[in-house]
Amino acid sequence: MLQIEELKVEVGGKTILDNLNMEIPKGQTHILFGPNGSGKTSLMMTIMGFSGYNVTHGKITFKGEDITGLPINERARLGIGVSFQRPPTINGLKTRNIVEICDVNRSANVEELAKKLNFTDFLDRDVNRNFSGGEIKRSELLQLMAQQPDLVLLDEPESGVDLESIVFIGDTINSLLHRQIKCPRERPHKNIIEGQKKSALVITHTGHILDYITADRGQVLYNGILCCSRNAREILKWIREYGYEECVRCSNEIKPWI
Amino acid sequence: MFKRNKALDINVENYKVDAKDHAYVEKLSQIESTDARQLLDVGVDIDENARIGTYIQKDKSVIHCKTMQDGVEVMGISQAREKHGWLSDYMWKNISPDTDKFTLQAKENPHEGYFIRALAGVKTKHPVQSCLYIAKEGFSQNVHNIVIAEEDSELHIITGCATAPHLTSGLHVGISEFYIKRGARLTFTMIHDWGEKINVRPRTVIRVDEGGTIISNYISLRPVGSLQMFPTTYLNGKGAVARFNSILVAGRGSFLDVGSRIVLNAPDTRAEIISRGISSGGSIIARGDLVGKVAGIKAHLECKGLILNDGLMQAIPELTGYVPGVEMSHEAAVGKIDQQEIEYLMARGLDEEEAISTIVRGFLNVDIEGLPAGLKEKLDRTVSETQKDMM
Repeated sequence: MLQIEELKVEVGGKTILDNLNMEIPKGQTHILFGPNGSGKTSLMMTIMGFSGYNVTHGKITFKGEDITGLPINERARLGIGVSFQRPPTINGLKTRNIVEICDVNRSANVEELAKKLNFTDFLDRDVNRNFSGGEIKRSELLQLMAQQPDLVLLDEPESGVDLESIVFIGDTINSLLHRQIKCPRERPHKNIIEGQKKSALVITHTGHILDYITADRGQVLYNGILCCSRNAREILKWIREYGYEECVRCSNEIKPWI
Repeated sequence: MFKRNKALDINVENYKVDAKDHAYVEKLSQIESTDARQLLDVGVDIDENARIGTYIQKDKSVIHCKTMQDGVEVMGISQAREKHGWLSDYMWKNISPDTDKFTLQAKENPHEGYFIRALAGVKTKHPVQSCLYIAKEGFSQNVHNIVIAEEDSELHIITGCATAPHLTSGLHVGISEFYIKRGARLTFTMIHDWGEKINVRPRTVIRVDEGGTIISNYISLRPVGSLQMFPTTYLNGKGAVARFNSILVAGRGSFLDVGSRIVLNAPDTRAEIISRGISSGGSIIARGDLVGKVAGIKAHLECKGLILNDGLMQAIPELTGYVPGVEMSHEAAVGKIDQQEIEYLMARGLDEEEAISTIVRGFLNVDIEGLPAGLKEKLDRTVSETQKDMM
């Protein structure tokens, strides 16, 4: 689904991602761990094509197409969707309207989706205006539910969300990724998950979100270098036990290679 | 460089003060189609759906006026003066004719204007519509309007101003005196669609008594040669409220100097001024002046401007408090569209141009109270059309 090869990215002349290789196969959810400032959000912004993130080397391939130079909206049309951690407020644009914008095929029922996300009261408010942390998450997920991207990039889905809401956010993400665990009454579970095609890259600093969503793999980004790629829970255990210090050591091991 | 005071100096003598009389039309459907189209663009509903009265003036002639609700009067000012001897107590009471050359022009060469009045306790379901229209080349249309909302009445007026297509010169001088009596409420929505070469000088003063409310919406999206106005509102009675919204677009060659002053003279009065301006090749000076004279008043001013391509956008918010215990604030911002906002919308699938126009539409989308649905849609369409010209 997504392939990143030898990616080098600069922001304002400073290298922030270096020789990064990553692959997210179809249907897989990967967790991207890393301390603050390690370049996680920058990677996400680069995958999406935001200005200011200059790819100086390497390429990004999505569904077999080289998207390294594509404008943001074409990446969105190809099927990449993002949940931002701090999205901007757009004065005068109602949440309802942005959800409709996301729903390119005009197939989503905005009211229904909003109801599911307990967000009906916000549809007629300006996008992100005075939204709390949890409200921003729900707004972003509502937009993604309407967009139905094949690759979902989630930036810190648990940050700023209280404990009660995090279960709800987790459920919503699982449902967005077609990974919700619901007792299959009509059809065998096997048949349900056959249709599971969504891939995801979930950025997390604390790893808490792993208590609520399932993941196929984890990666650690430290100082712009991907220094670890293995089972996500295993990485989380390491980080919970030893913090990111061990990752520092690993990334120092890698550095001489590049 | 854009000049701030360009076009402000107008020689009134360059304009003709006489025009031929236009015949009265019994039915709005009889209005010439070219004129009718212009009227429609400024909110006049020819079928008079959801309207309770109509006043239409072409050059110096009242060509149609009527009211369809008891207790609401709509007529030309000269007819009103004949009918109501007391009207002289209301004319030129707030504005002195020698204020400037335009007020003088209106005094010396008066050309009608509307008189709209809601009797005490009368509440209108729908707006009265009015249009002041210039058809004669080089004409100076000098009107004097009086609006009276008697005690506990509720009146809504939608007034549009326009010119015949292809007019290359014209001046509009409008003296307006509004009286909002105790407990009354006036919603006044003004839509301007003057021509590119027309100069416009409204002079407005509003008085609001105890518990009265004035809501004023001003919309000018189309090119205008120059427009300069600074209506003043006096909140003279306890608990009076004034809310002013304006939405301005200045395309190439347009010069708009628009603002309002609200003087809070009584306790518990409230005032709010919200202004949104987009300069795209033209100049906008957006003023706002709040004056707090007594304790216990609240007033807020919000003035936001965008500059697309090039243009001048000057925000001049002023707050003056005369005593302790006033609560006054302002928020002003002038800038360009935030790249982050554009890219956020692009991440949702819009291309750059669509993203910008969505943001511009949102920026101009001030919730305007009391706007009939049809007019709201029309404005949305106009905003969309206008921004095509802006890009």
